[in-house]
Amino acid sequence: MATQAPERGVQSGRAKSDGTHEGFLRHKSYRWLKIAFVLSAVAIAGYVLIDVKPRPNGGTWYGYLLGVVGTLLIFWLTMLGIRKRIPSRKRWSLKGWTSAHIYLGIALAVIGTLHTGFQIDWNVHTLAYVLMMLVILSGLWGITAYTRLPKKMSLNREELTENQMLEGLRSMDRQINDAAQPLDHRYAELVRKSLQENPFGGGLLRRLIGFYPKNKTRKTLARLSEEIAFRPGEDNPIVRLDGLLARKESKVQRLRKHLQYKARLEIWLYFHVPLTFALIAALSAHIVSVFFYW
Amino acid sequence: MSELYRIVIIGSGPAGLSAASRAAKLGLSHVLLEKTDHLSDTIYKYQKGKHIMATPSQLNLRADIDFAAGKREAVLETWEMQTQGHAVNVLKNADVQAIAGAKGDFTITLTNGQIVRSETVILAIGTQGNPNRMSCPGGDLQHIQYSLDDSSEYIDEHITVIGAGDAGIENALGLVADPEQRNVVTIVNRNEEFPTAKDANVQALMQARDAGRIIVRTKTTPISVEPGWIVFDTRDGEARVRCDRVIARMGSAPPRKFVEACGIAFTSPDRAAYPVLSAMFESTNPGIFVIGALAGYPLIKHCMNQGYDVVEFINGNTNLKPADEPILEAKFAGLPGNETVDYWLNFLKTNVVILNQLSTLQLREFMLDSEARFYKRGDVIFVRNDPGSSLFAIAAGSVLVEVSPTDPSITVPIGVGSIFGEVGLISGRRRGATIRAGEDCICVEVSRTAALKLQASVPAAKRAIERISTERQLLQMFKSGLSPADLTEVLDSYEIKAVSAGKAIINEGELGNDIFVIRQGSMVVERMIGGKPVFTSYLPAGSYVGEMGLINGGKRAATVRAAIKSDVIRLDGTAFMRLMEKKPELYAKTKSDMAGREELNAFIESKKDTLSSAVDLYSEQAAFLMENGIGEATDVLLIDENLCIGCDNCEKACADSHDGLSRLDREAGRTYAHLHVPTSCRHCEHPHCMLDCPPNAINRGPDGEVFINDTCIGCGNCQRNCPYGVIRMEYEPPKKPSILSWLLFGKGPGPGEPSREWKKANSDPAVSKQSKAIKCDMCSGIEGGPACVSACPTGAAIRVGPEQFLSITRLEKNRAR
Repeated sequence: MATQAPERGVQSGRAKSDGTHEGFLRHKSYRWLKIAFVLSAVAIAGYVLIDVKPRPNGGTWYGYLLGVVGTLLIFWLTMLGIRKRIPSRKRWSLKGWTSAHIYLGIALAVIGTLHTGFQIDWNVHTLAYVLMMLVILSGLWGITAYTRLPKKMSLNREELTENQMLEGLRSMDRQINDAAQPLDHRYAELVRKSLQENPFGGGLLRRLIGFYPKNKTRKTLARLSEEIAFRPGEDNPIVRLDGLLARKESKVQRLRKHLQYKARLEIWLYFHVPLTFALIAALSAHIVSVFFYW
Repeated sequence: MSELYRIVIIGSGPAGLSAASRAAKLGLSHVLLEKTDHLSDTIYKYQKGKHIMATPSQLNLRADIDFAAGKREAVLETWEMQTQGHAVNVLKNADVQAIAGAKGDFTITLTNGQIVRSETVILAIGTQGNPNRMSCPGGDLQHIQYSLDDSSEYIDEHITVIGAGDAGIENALGLVADPEQRNVVTIVNRNEEFPTAKDANVQALMQARDAGRIIVRTKTTPISVEPGWIVFDTRDGEARVRCDRVIARMGSAPPRKFVEACGIAFTSPDRAAYPVLSAMFESTNPGIFVIGALAGYPLIKHCMNQGYDVVEFINGNTNLKPADEPILEAKFAGLPGNETVDYWLNFLKTNVVILNQLSTLQLREFMLDSEARFYKRGDVIFVRNDPGSSLFAIAAGSVLVEVSPTDPSITVPIGVGSIFGEVGLISGRRRGATIRAGEDCICVEVSRTAALKLQASVPAAKRAIERISTERQLLQMFKSGLSPADLTEVLDSYEIKAVSAGKAIINEGELGNDIFVIRQGSMVVERMIGGKPVFTSYLPAGSYVGEMGLINGGKRAATVRAAIKSDVIRLDGTAFMRLMEKKPELYAKTKSDMAGREELNAFIESKKDTLSSAVDLYSEQAAFLMENGIGEATDVLLIDENLCIGCDNCEKACADSHDGLSRLDREAGRTYAHLHVPTSCRHCEHPHCMLDCPPNAINRGPDGEVFINDTCIGCGNCQRNCPYGVIRMEYEPPKKPSILSWLLFGKGPGPGEPSREWKKANSDPAVSKQSKAIKCDMCSGIEGGPACVSACPTGAAIRVGPEQFLSITRLEKNRAR
């Protein structure tokens, strides 16, 4: 019943999305998963089929090959940190880069393990290996965070921006302050506690798990609710205050949740990145010592 | 018997003052009659301190009194002084009641009984002296006024402003400008919308309303006025509201009764029509001349020049050339054969279709904004993808359109009298084809503003431009070897209809065979499936619908409604059918277009059970996107919140590829079912931002991107006009240290837009901090495409055209993944 308009939008042929949506994991129909899989399979096949003497070891020609590939991979994977911060003028999208980073990073676990020839000991070589595995594990943690949390964060914020949430909270505080003016000292003191409290204090751990036991707003609310139970009445300023505090409480909860998700989306990086630097240091020591004692 | 003057001038506005000064300078016996006790009442009644503009700027002023843009007070003072200096004979408090007699001896009776006699009369009374008055009971009360001189005079009052045109809105905003005055101001609008006011004024009014500073009542009319109160008829019934003062700004009209009583005929019975005038401003009653706003020229410069000219004419100087003669002479100097200005004006008027209906005065004014050019055979007039929004009209010769981008030898001719370049005029897109002169030719290049003005003031020109552009659109759309001659019958019956958002042009199940072409805006197609409307596709401007009903001859298969306010061209189905019978190629093309759509319908039918919930979600998502203005977008940034980790890398990349200023706000904006529409430019098909850009700095680039160039003057009109809030006014921050020196040594603010504090502390005081408008330019010139998308680590951000995103086939593709 209708046709598409001719020659609309793109006049000079710049590629446009066809409207379908691929996330970083399924980028280009899992291109990098396939590549990583082939890479790992080839490495394993080589390990099994090539009979190196005296035994599979980092010092054989095959071991060196795996070591060089692994080292190059590690340095390339590290470059993501820089790429992320430089807007590219080329066709490489950061999404593609992330996708490659993930799958090649996992393949690195295979390559690194084969490189060891399963010779684990208390030395700098094993330290480098363990650090590498920790980096990869923290990366896997990151992937789970990235796949599970965005949806929850989106549901929780309901079109509000962080600034709007904070502004909303400030406005509640102003209203509570105004509403508390006619109250007598005992209640005013309670309300003051709720107003003065920093509802997001308490450090990183608290933010990550979202557990805030000493909640002044909730306490004030509970106390006021008890009072109302005995003295109901619509024009009672306490009733109004009770409503305001309940609304503040829900706003605080939402913002806490938001900050919690944000923290959980970032916290793994605080392991992943420092461990990477430790890995590079240990790796350098590993390489220098290997060549030094050749 | 009183003295017989040579000239009596009625009205002391810019036109009357200029005429009287000329008469005084020439030593003609004259008298200037002014109704009030001061000169120039209309400008006198402007709001205190109002800035008066001197447009059109390219017109030179020829008058014995000076005028330049400036404050109301300065302008009035200059005029007062110079009128005295010229010893103009002014009679104040002289309200004319009637004019009798004939050329050579007119008798003018004033309301105070005084009689003035004159050989000729110049009517320069304007239209403002005749405001539309309140007709409801109590409309004659003292506290109703028809102008507002000084808004700071009123404090602590409940004021009602009636009429929401520019004057009403400016008055109302003036009254609330200073909160210390504590006025409670209500503005009353008869309509739901504000069609007669400038957009910038409406935006400012809406902001004031949202800030709680003003009460806006729409769809409301006053029923009665009583001291201290006013009663309204509102949508929800009667309302009685406190009101200490009523300011009625309901427009003005030519005081027709009076003018007709003077024996002067009007061009038409239309309320807004003007008197019939000769080239020398003489009306149908010889001896009475009409100039200024009453003659249809509301601009001060025009009025003053006419005042000068008319007195010269009356004094017998019939050879006087209009003030703009030297400008026009220069414009026509480049044309072959040393002809006069009058010759060329007449030449253009006869040869160019869109100029046929213009009066000589209108044509002169039109040419001030336009250029006449001579091209030799083979000269290139413009090149494909050149920026440009002007319209060309061919006055002699013909041009060739290079329809193929690769082979310049394939051309289509456009002949004398016709126009080209009209696409840029409508949507601001770049030139679609190269055009060169087919033989020696003369073309008129009309600037975008002049073309818009022409269309607004001359309905016939509008119709001519519309018809030509419609014809071209049909030819381009249907191709099939059609020629303009084939379309004659179809075009004879066409009609352009404005469709408001949400209104249907075709209803499912209805009988009908008309074809609709979407000229502006966009449409959505819906079908009822299982008792629910299911969104099936999106039709951008330039598509057509309705062929299924025509070819199958049955009921309409789907409902088509406007996604946003749109214009459609309705073509008569029977005429179109006859065309298809004549042109089997067209029939085949239409058939194949229809087949594609039938396939889609079959697909939906087959999937409706298995995909039911997905189809529902898709329909709802589509409706959500339409609500958020995607219907007028050409390219929009969407964020999938299933994937967005909130890293703001999109914003940072945007800032880093555009002088350190981000043009998008990721977090703000609406979300539905995890699909987020951030605050970022959608590159509208008909950009709102382009509407009122004084330096014409907003253009459309080769990829369809709407961008602002360096000529921006920072006026903020585009920011106010954008309904999506995507334009910011900012000055460029200083250059940041390189990314490596940040990574290694912690120098500078790091990636992304620097904080205000850093910007302030590090900017060079010598560099100007003039804010300019900034907005998304779709990263034109950057190879990897938009930085926001290429910088997204998870693939949450995508940029799409609505027609790709809103196709139900996407459902299947996504499921296949």
